[in-house]
Amino acid sequence: MTALFYIAAAVAVVATLLVVTRSNLVHALLYLVVSLFAVAVIFFTLGAPFVAALEVIVYAGAIMMLFIFAVMLLNVRADEDQMRVPRRAWIGPVVLVAVLLAEVVYGVQLKDATLAGGEVGPAAVSTSLFGPYVLGVELASMLLLAALVGARHVAAQPDAAPAELGAEYAAPGDAPGSDAAGAGAAGAHETDAAGDAGADEASAPDDQAGREPAEAV
Amino acid sequence: MASVSLNAALILAGVLFSIGFAGLLVRRNLIVVLACIEIMLNAAGLAFVAAGARWGHADGQVMFIFVLAMAAAEVAVGLGIAIRFRHQFGRLDVDDADEMKG
Repeated sequence: MTALFYIAAAVAVVATLLVVTRSNLVHALLYLVVSLFAVAVIFFTLGAPFVAALEVIVYAGAIMMLFIFAVMLLNVRADEDQMRVPRRAWIGPVVLVAVLLAEVVYGVQLKDATLAGGEVGPAAVSTSLFGPYVLGVELASMLLLAALVGARHVAAQPDAAPAELGAEYAAPGDAPGSDAAGAGAAGAHETDAAGDAGADEASAPDDQAGREPAEAV
Repeated sequence: MASVSLNAALILAGVLFSIGFAGLLVRRNLIVVLACIEIMLNAAGLAFVAAGARWGHADGQVMFIFVLAMAAAEVAVGLGIAIRFRHQFGRLDVDDADEMKG
């Protein structure tokens, strides 16, 4: 078990280092998936199988899919060369963070502690989650709902929204109109509005995917 | 069974958090910044689970579930902001959003 822990820890550290240093965004995100899998293995070795499964399903599954969808939606390949970080920019932050890390390592080393051993299974976690922590579950559900609404609001086009809404509700009534000229004009307007609606619809799968973790949790 | 020491798990959480933090400070791509925040939240969750495993209690795992829910909410809003950012500035460089002189 100990060997498994250290191997997985090494994989997690290397993969995470690659996440923050790769300039290709898709490569970085795939390394992040590797890092999350390694952390899931670590959760297994710590005797927390339920959380390990959640790590794979929600983090590596749902959240990383959100990232990949966003990257594909935004087509960011052109930006990468402009945003390449000069090697010199790493020095200051890395030194400061290394000092903080050294302090944490020193503080942790002061007192030696071993784990209790044995695993805490899903039943114990669920009993605790829906017993004393049930208020937290309700708050988490409200947070996820607020995030859903907020993401929809933030990602939507502010000026395009009313026109799209109007076209959406006007379209079924206008379509069977007998007036040829009016129908033609309405049709032209509709196709224009439909283009806007299509552009706006592109953000809808993101919202949909954003809600998936909510259901899973 | 679990002969891993708590110290090793906490140090690993610290290392992962530090890598994420350094990336957050240096990188300028908004999506990478969000990924770094995910790394840091994940490291915090690892510390929670390790501390729960220290005493054999389920509370650490419950806290990890709450961290997970928060990370999901944060990334949904963050990627929504990324989409708006891209529409507004044409690229994802966080230095473009300097209107408030931050």
